[in-house]
Parts: sequence; C-alpha cells; structure tokens
Amino acid sequence: MTESELIWRISGGSGDGIASTSQNFAKALMRSGLHVFTHRHYPSRIRGGHTYTEIRASDEPVKSRGDGYNFLLALGDSFARNPQEDAYYGNEELKPLSENLDELREGGVIVYDSGLLDADEIEGFDRRVEENDWHVYPIDLRGMAREQGREVMRNTAGVGVTCALIGMDLEYIQDLMREAMPDKILEPNLEILQTAYEQVQEEHDPDAHDVRIPSGEHDEPQLLMSGSDAISYGAIDEGCRFISGYPMTPWTEVFTIMTQALSGLGGISEQVEDEIAAAALALGASHAGVKAMSGSSGGGFALMSEPLGLAEMTETPVVFVEAMRAGPSTGMPTKTEQGDLEHVLYTSQGDTHRVVFAPGTVEEAYDQTRTAFRIAYEYQIPAIVLYDQKLGGELISVPESTFDREPNPDLGSVLTEEELVDAPHNAAGKYERFQHDVEDGVSPRSLPGQKGGRFLATGNEHEPSGHISESPENRVAQVDRRSQKVEAIRAELDDEGNQTPHGPEDAEYGILTWGSQQGTVEEAVDELNAAGHSVKSLGVSDLTPYPVAEVEAFVESVEEVLVVEMNASAQFRGLTQKELGRYGEKLSSLLKYNGNPFEPADIVEGFESTMIDGNDDVPGIETTFVPAAGD
Amino acid sequence: MSAFNAIGEEREIDREEFTPGIEPQPTWCPGCGDFGVLKALKQALPEVGRTPEETLLVTGIGCSGKLNSYLDSYGFHTIHGRSLPVARAAKLANPGLEVIAAGGDGDGYGIGGNHFMHTARENHDMTYVVFNNEIFGLTKGQTSPTSPKGHKSKTQPHGSAKDPIRPLSLALTSGASYVARTAAVNPNQAKEILTEAIQHDGFAHVDFLTQCPTWNKDARQYVPYTDVQDSDDYDFDVHDRVEAQEAMRTAEEALYEGEVLTGRFYVDEGRPSYQEEKQRIGEMPETPLAERYFDDDYEWERAYDEFIDKHR
Ligand SMILES: Cc1ncc(C[n+]2csc(CCOP(=O)(O)OP(=O)(O)O)c2C)c(N)n1
Ligand code: SF4
Repeated sequence: MTESELIWRISGGSGDGIASTSQNFAKALMRSGLHVFTHRHYPSRIRGGHTYTEIRASDEPVKSRGDGYNFLLALGDSFARNPQEDAYYGNEELKPLSENLDELREGGVIVYDSGLLDADEIEGFDRRVEENDWHVYPIDLRGMAREQGREVMRNTAGVGVTCALIGMDLEYIQDLMREAMPDKILEPNLEILQTAYEQVQEEHDPDAHDVRIPSGEHDEPQLLMSGSDAISYGAIDEGCRFISGYPMTPWTEVFTIMTQALSGLGGISEQVEDEIAAAALALGASHAGVKAMSGSSGGGFALMSEPLGLAEMTETPVVFVEAMRAGPSTGMPTKTEQGDLEHVLYTSQGDTHRVVFAPGTVEEAYDQTRTAFRIAYEYQIPAIVLYDQKLGGELISVPESTFDREPNPDLGSVLTEEELVDAPHNAAGKYERFQHDVEDGVSPRSLPGQKGGRFLATGNEHEPSGHISESPENRVAQVDRRSQKVEAIRAELDDEGNQTPHGPEDAEYGILTWGSQQGTVEEAVDELNAAGHSVKSLGVSDLTPYPVAEVEAFVESVEEVLVVEMNASAQFRGLTQKELGRYGEKLSSLLKYNGNPFEPADIVEGFESTMIDGNDDVPGIETTFVPAAGD
Repeated sequence: MSAFNAIGEEREIDREEFTPGIEPQPTWCPGCGDFGVLKALKQALPEVGRTPEETLLVTGIGCSGKLNSYLDSYGFHTIHGRSLPVARAAKLANPGLEVIAAGGDGDGYGIGGNHFMHTARENHDMTYVVFNNEIFGLTKGQTSPTSPKGHKSKTQPHGSAKDPIRPLSLALTSGASYVARTAAVNPNQAKEILTEAIQHDGFAHVDFLTQCPTWNKDARQYVPYTDVQDSDDYDFDVHDRVEAQEAMRTAEEALYEGEVLTGRFYVDEGRPSYQEEKQRIGEMPETPLAERYFDDDYEWERAYDEFIDKHR
C-alpha cells in the first residue's frame, strides 16, 4: 500500500454506465501521470443489480486493487424500480450506497445521488458515518443532469463532483470527452461536468477531508490495458490471423477484441455453432497454414476437449485460451475463480501433451501469449493460455514499451517446397510427415497445396507416412517422439524467466501462487516484510511443463510455504506436490472461492494466522486454510 | 517463391495420381458400398482437373472415414462428426484448395448434425459426401439416424421408434446450394454427380447410398435405382426450390418403401458462397491468408500501430 493513493469506487445498477464512466476516469487519472489499477464487480444480469468498479490510482506502480477504498460515488440503481409495475424489489434501490460501506476506509468520502437515494433509509447510517469519520456529500446528480440534458448524464455530474472534491483538474476528463463523444451529446456533458464542479466549490468545503488526488509523473508513456487486450495483442503480434469461437463470459472479451483487431488486419474471425466446431475450425485453419486460435470458458472448453486431443495426435499447432469463472457447470458467470486448472491440464483422453501458461499480470499476458504461439508452432503442439475473469477484465496502466516488439509471422517447423524436394519420402512417394527419429521430436510439416508434401493427418495412431497403424513398434516410437517434444519445450522454457520471484532472497517463509493472484501476493509480501516478517513469493506461470527446478529451489530455500489460490480444492498445490514428488509437509494452502479475488489483507491475515500463529482456522468466512498431507 | 504454386497449374490429371503407390490393404468388407465412393471420386477428381496436392480430403470417423487412406491427396482424418468445421476453416484459410469432406450417416447426420446444418446455411464452397448405409458400420451395426422406423438392432431391440432423418430436405432448408443423391450401385451416375458437386461453387451435399453387406442386408441400397431426372414420372425443375422440395420428399419416403430415387434434386448457381459473402462485406481478405506467411513482401502489421491509440 502506498502512502498517498486514491481508491475511487463508483457504484450503481448494471446498465447505468458504470463501466464506461470508470474506464474514462481511469484513463484521465493515468493521463495525469498516475499508475492505475481497476477492479470490476458486476452481477450476471444485463440491467439492474448492484455493480461497482474501483480505480486505484497512485504515484507508484500498483499491483492489486488494494485493501478497501477511500472515495465512494454512489449513483443509485436506476433500474431497481420496475417502471411497469411501479414495484420495489425490496430495498435493492439503496444497494449502491448500503452495500459498499463495509470496505470504505476511515476518513473516506461519500458522494451519493440524493435524487435517487435516501441515506435516511439505511439503518445506522449516521452512526457509522460518525464512527468512521466519513465525509458525506448528498448531491442531486439526477436533478442536475435532468435540468441540463438527460438523466443518463448523471455519471458525468458525479465525475465533476469527484474532481472538485479531490482537487483534480477537469482538463483530462474534458479532453477524453472531446475525443470520444459525438457533438450532439458533447456540449451538454461538458456543461454538466462544469456545473457540478462549480457547485461543489460554491456549496461545500473540500478541505474538510483528506482524500486528494496524488500527483505523479510517468517515466515512460503508459497504456490502459486489460488482460484480454494483452492476450489479443500478443496473439496478433505473433501472427495469429484466424480466430473461431462461441460467446461465453469471460472469454467473449478476447473473442471480440480479436475480431475487431483482425478485421483491420485482413484476418478472419468466425463465430460458429458451438465450441466443438470452434476448436475444430482452429485446427482446420492451422492445418492449412494459418496461425489460429480459439478459446472459451469452463463449460465451453469442456466441449473442446476432443478437438484438443486431435490437435495433439495430428500435431497440429493451435493456441486455445481458457478464461476461468466460478464453476462447476455455469457456476457464477461474472465471478472469478481459478478452479479450471485440473480441467485444463488433464482434459482429453490418452497420454496427451499440451503446454499451459498462466500469466500473472497484464504484461505477462502479452508476453506469454506470444510464447504460447511460438511454442505451439515450433513444436506442433496445442498451447493453452489459462487466465481468469479477474486478469481478463482489470484495466491497468502498463508501459507502452511492453507492446513494442517486432511481429513474428514465422510459421515454425514448416518446410518450403524447395525444402520438400530433399525431404525424406517413403517408397510410395509420400512425404514422411511423422518421422520417428528427429531432433527434439519435431518432424517438420508441409501444408496442403504444397508440391511434394502430401500426407494424411489422422487422430488414429499412424506411421511416419500418416497411415493408420496399430503396430506395437510404431506405437511406441510415435508416443515416445511426441513425449520427447515436451522435454525439449521444458528445456527451452527454463530460460524464459516466466516465474516471478519477489521479496528478499534469504526470506524465512515462502508464498507460492499462480496466475492472476501474483500482484496481490507481492503487495502482501511487501506489507508482511514491513511488519517485520521475513517472506518472499514466487508467481508461477508455466504450468505444463512445470518449472520443477525453479519451484524446488524456492521450496528448499524456506522453512514453510503457503500456497495461495482461488479454488476450494487446492488444485495448484496438488500439481506442485505431484511435480516435485515430495515437500508435502512444507506446503499449506490459503484458499478463497467466494467469487472475489484475494485482497492483500486476506493474505497478510492468512499468513500471520497460519504460518506464525499455527491456527488451522483463519478468521473470516472468506478464506480457508488447508494443511497439506505429509510426504 | 510461393509455397502454393501447385495451385492453378494447368495440366491433364491422371486418375492414378490419386492412387497411393503402395495400396494399403482396404479394411472395408468385401462388397461394401464404400468402394463405390472411392472409385467414383477417383474418376471424378481428374475430370475436375485438380491435382492431388491441391485437394484436401477431410473425413470423419467410421468405415467411411477411412476413405482418405485409399485416396492419395492431402488428408485430414478428424474425429467423429467434426469433418465439416475442420474443412470449412481450411477452405477459408486457403481458398485455393479443393476441399472435400466425407463421412457416414451417423457421423454427418447424427453426431455432426449441427455442423451439417450450419455448413449448409453458410454455403461454404466445398463438397460434402455422406456415405448413407442406414447403419453404424464401424461400431457394428447400431441404428443410425437414417435407419427406417422399426429397424431392429442391438441398441434398439424393439425396433426404432424414431422416424429417419431426411437429409436431402434438411440440406435444402438449411441452405445448401447443391443437393443430390446417388448410389454405389450406379458408378456412372455417381461419377457424374460427384464431378458436378465438386465443380459447384457453394455447398454441395451428396447423399451417397452405400450398401453395408455386413450389418444392414435389408437396406434398399442394393436395389436398382431410378434417376429422377431421366424418369418421366418425376419431371421437375432442379432450380425451383418448391419443386425440388417435393421431389426430395417423394425420394425420401420412397427409399423406405422399396424404390430408390437418385439424381440431382436442387441446384442454385446464383447463391454466393460464404467466402464471397465474407469478402463482399470485408470480413475476409481477397488473397489467401495462408499464402501471406510465405510471401516475403507481405507487410506484417503490429497491433501496436493499429489499435494502440484507444488505450492512451
Ligand atoms: C465421440 C465419439 N463417439 C462415438 C465414437 C464411436 N464411433 C466410431 S464410428 C461410429 C459410427 C459410425 O457410423 P457411420 O457414421 O454411419 O459410419 P460407417 O461406419 O457406417 O461408415 C461411432 C459411433 C467415436 N469414435 N467418437
Ligand atoms: S461394416 Fe459395413 S460399412 Fe463397414 S466396411 Fe463393412 S460393409 Fe462397409
């Protein structure tokens, strides 16, 4: 946690424009020179229902949403009242205010739309305000918006009020509005923004509270990017020009970003009848010589498991992305979890091999998607980028240079027609597509249309020519060769630095985590060390092949390890124990599976209580501590 | 040099080019109708004028799926029911390829029924040959979607309670722009129809009646057929949807009543293929995607340049 930071939360009903308003405000904060990190919370419905977005802004880089927040803009849920029946859904209406009080820090600011919300209806509101030294500004944002334009513009009024109360110049917001809004709505919006800003300055005293916008300056230009953006741009920079899919939250984000991007680049995007087809199309495109990708979320990925096996057996390169949400089945569509790990590692029949990456940050999402493509096409193997709703959806300021790398259209181990002339052929004149003894197990492929490269790709076991074979000798040779590729990939990935250590090297305790929890764990590690503990962490991104040597060295170097992940069955700890083969007694789990990601405080508290105090029982209902079995 | 210069080459193609040098032992039973499809394809392909290297044969799983072991071209033997989505994408990625998909009635009308409907709807420029033997061959004789009502098998001991699927009608209503039925017992018509289907610019569906002497001796596939277009009794216009629909209905009912009607049922030359539609609305480039990777002059753009502004 940094000393001076603004954590701004805007709340309302789904469909009230929370997402677009917060995105703009995040960008304005970034443009003013700050580092930002956003967190979205939304229900699985289109209109109404309590939703909020949080933006953390600081002059120092931020890695998580932080603990709590210090500025609430409660817009009210304009859909809570059912206009047709004029009926109330309980006190749903008040949620944008009432539901958000628990995490508001002491001394925090509350602005609420008195045109829609009545604080008097909230039990104990005044008492809590007093106890927590909150500063409350009831402002009729709806009325203000109605007077000058349209009711929907009360978001803009809210932003104007915010700027006045935190001492932020309006120019960044005004610039963004001018860039994004059509003339017709631009004028009234600018007007409302200004009026709201001035009204606060006239009628209130912002100096009554301490919440202020920090001032900062970036060392290098920044971009506001989500994990979904980063995955998409990584794929495109690596030459992916074909995507096929079927909508499913939260994978849909990558699907739509890619579709828009590909349309500008002359690529192809196909929305098809189901996920089996989606995966099969990606194989077809790749077989024909295009870098291709598909993806889905839990249930959709389940449907892809047979094409996934086909990719492995036919050695067709392909990249799938799997965006986790809380399962099983349709679970909680808009809530995050890391519960699909085993599903993604082991789905599909037989001794299958795949490469699985789980990036820990937006920057890593870009890099590792590129690596996934490179490995998939070089080694002719399916590669999967496994991420979750949290990483996919959070907008973060990242250095522009992250994305500043040369494109790579290299198709990997494919021969040209000239090379095919000298390639090994069998007696039938067919190209030996699946040779037994080749370096690293990689037998180069040819593409349909190329002269002299005819072969049969089949999901049945096959001999070097591609013909179906059940010969025991051939079977063993082919299985061994396919497995050999994994060892070669492991050796290559060992040099990539995909695992992220953090904290003092000689620390006494370790925290092991994977995927999107990496940044939050790192902030917790800093807090713990500041509080006098001795802790370091390792964020693991290579799941298969597993970075055995690196994790083993980490576990060896500390007394005890806490494994932090968002699922109820300790899937990553299970994988780690399996891969390392021992150290069971050294690993304990801290798990969270209520649909929300860890916050640094969860980890600090969990660590102190389990590692230091030795409690099996972590206070609070959200986290669970599960000790590991011994070796 | 382009990696795809086999495409567009003009020369006489010999039937033997599609025959593997060392013929793998066919695993089909003696007398199986699948031999008829293989033979007809080998005769049709040289007529079409495409080389084996320009041809991609994508099959499903079943006895029928073994087809590409005996036909020498580029091949992709996929998984049960999924030949069409694989084939579709290969065609979009490299439209220079002659793409033919093939599989059984279980494969295409059962497990892959959804893909059949959607591929026809999209009118992909490809040929789809369904080996219709009214039975599951490879898994040893279970009832298939085209088995007649009342058909008894080990999985339907009381006789099937289901009406058979109507593949021709289904193809037509889904949007196929060429629909025909032919039979292994008539090699001449089979060759002619396959040639036409492959040359057709759009989704060409051929319901190919194949006998399965091992599991389905009762099926009508062995019976001498009537060509609906040569017959005065079935005078209809293949270009007229309504008439074609009526002719299909007759053929689909007659099959289970002892009369085998085959021939062209519907041809629409006017409907643009999916690829043409996609190119028209700007969803697909004019030059084959696959060729770009081998084109030294192609300028590879970065996401950074094209899209980064909206993130600033
Ligand atoms: C997902 C899946 N389900 C079931 C099977 C088993 N299977 C193999 S072939 C087949 C049926 C084949 O029947 P059909 O498509 O009519 O082809 P035929 O063998 O008659 O040519 C089945 C059910 C499979 N391979 N994959
Ligand atoms: S089981 Fe039937 S379909 Fe299969 S090869 Fe034998 S005859 Fe042909």
